[in-house]
Amino acid sequence: MAILEVLTIPDPRLKQESQPVERFDSSLRDFIHDLEQTMRSSPGGVGIAAPQVARFERIIIVDVSRKPKIQSHGRLVLINPEILEWQGMEKGREGCMSVPDYTGNVIRAKTIKINAYDESGQMRSYDCEGYEARAIQHEVDHLDGVLFLDRLVSRRTDLFQRKVYSEKSVAKSD
Amino acid sequence: MTNNWHMLTVVGKDKPGIVASISEALFAAGCNFGEASMSRLGGNFTIMLMVQYEGGTERLEKIIAPIAQTLNLRCHINAIEGQLHAHREPDVRISVYGQDRTGIVAHVTGTLARAGLDIYDLESDVGGSGENPVYIMHIEGHAMRGVDALKEALETEKTPGIETHLEEIDTIIG
Repeated sequence: MAILEVLTIPDPRLKQESQPVERFDSSLRDFIHDLEQTMRSSPGGVGIAAPQVARFERIIIVDVSRKPKIQSHGRLVLINPEILEWQGMEKGREGCMSVPDYTGNVIRAKTIKINAYDESGQMRSYDCEGYEARAIQHEVDHLDGVLFLDRLVSRRTDLFQRKVYSEKSVAKSD
Repeated sequence: MTNNWHMLTVVGKDKPGIVASISEALFAAGCNFGEASMSRLGGNFTIMLMVQYEGGTERLEKIIAPIAQTLNLRCHINAIEGQLHAHREPDVRISVYGQDRTGIVAHVTGTLARAGLDIYDLESDVGGSGENPVYIMHIEGHAMRGVDALKEALETEKTPGIETHLEEIDTIIG
């Protein structure tokens, strides 16, 4: 059991893309155990991604059940996760163990449908919403080398900007 | 004064290039910038900028004076206690809008202050038209006596024509 060192910005490795997990063995499960300990050691931490501790494999853990009044699946270990559907948009505040002393507003999908393997290599499917869906999207971004800083919206952005479609793009979609 | 921090306030008629002119001159003089907030308020350029400068307030005033004169800006410099890495997380956001009239800010912020709101951030705009101006305000802060106390106060002190929305800010740490 170990609490792993968390990479913080401006470490360039946080911008690196992670590779799919291929072997579901005991070393993977040991790592997941340490990753979870690391997540739980962070005050308020509700999610973590493997690349945050310099293991560049597509593994995330999310557990928002410590937050009261929030619908969730409890502890989720998501390996090679794939978000299949997004619905709705919502602005929310995010922070990150890899970005100390800063939080900012990010727009995320309200509900998502996700496929992922669990620790034993079993494919599972989840429908997530709200706070849990946000946490998953934040962590999946880490697997692609994307930080919430890459998606910040201004404090003033409370309504979505009206999209202006040019005549050209309208014509294209016809 | 610690660490040679100053708060530079600049106000004047807005035109393109003010931030660049000020920051280039201060950078050339060896200044370091901290946190800043610039806004266009009623067609005026306004900025508050933390500037770290070893040469003292008087010399800093002399550096900024010629730029201020050229761009017709008014500047003010205060030596301050530098407080970087001291962000406080807001836990509540309140938005207010209604037909513009005097007293909205006093009424709403007074109500909220008495119910335990510590304001961290406030911004407001006047939208609508000349004939029908609409006042819009966003506040973020900390509910020192809990969010329910604020909700209750807003409900009790409801004013016709003024809409208030209160939302908890639940920051994801991932």
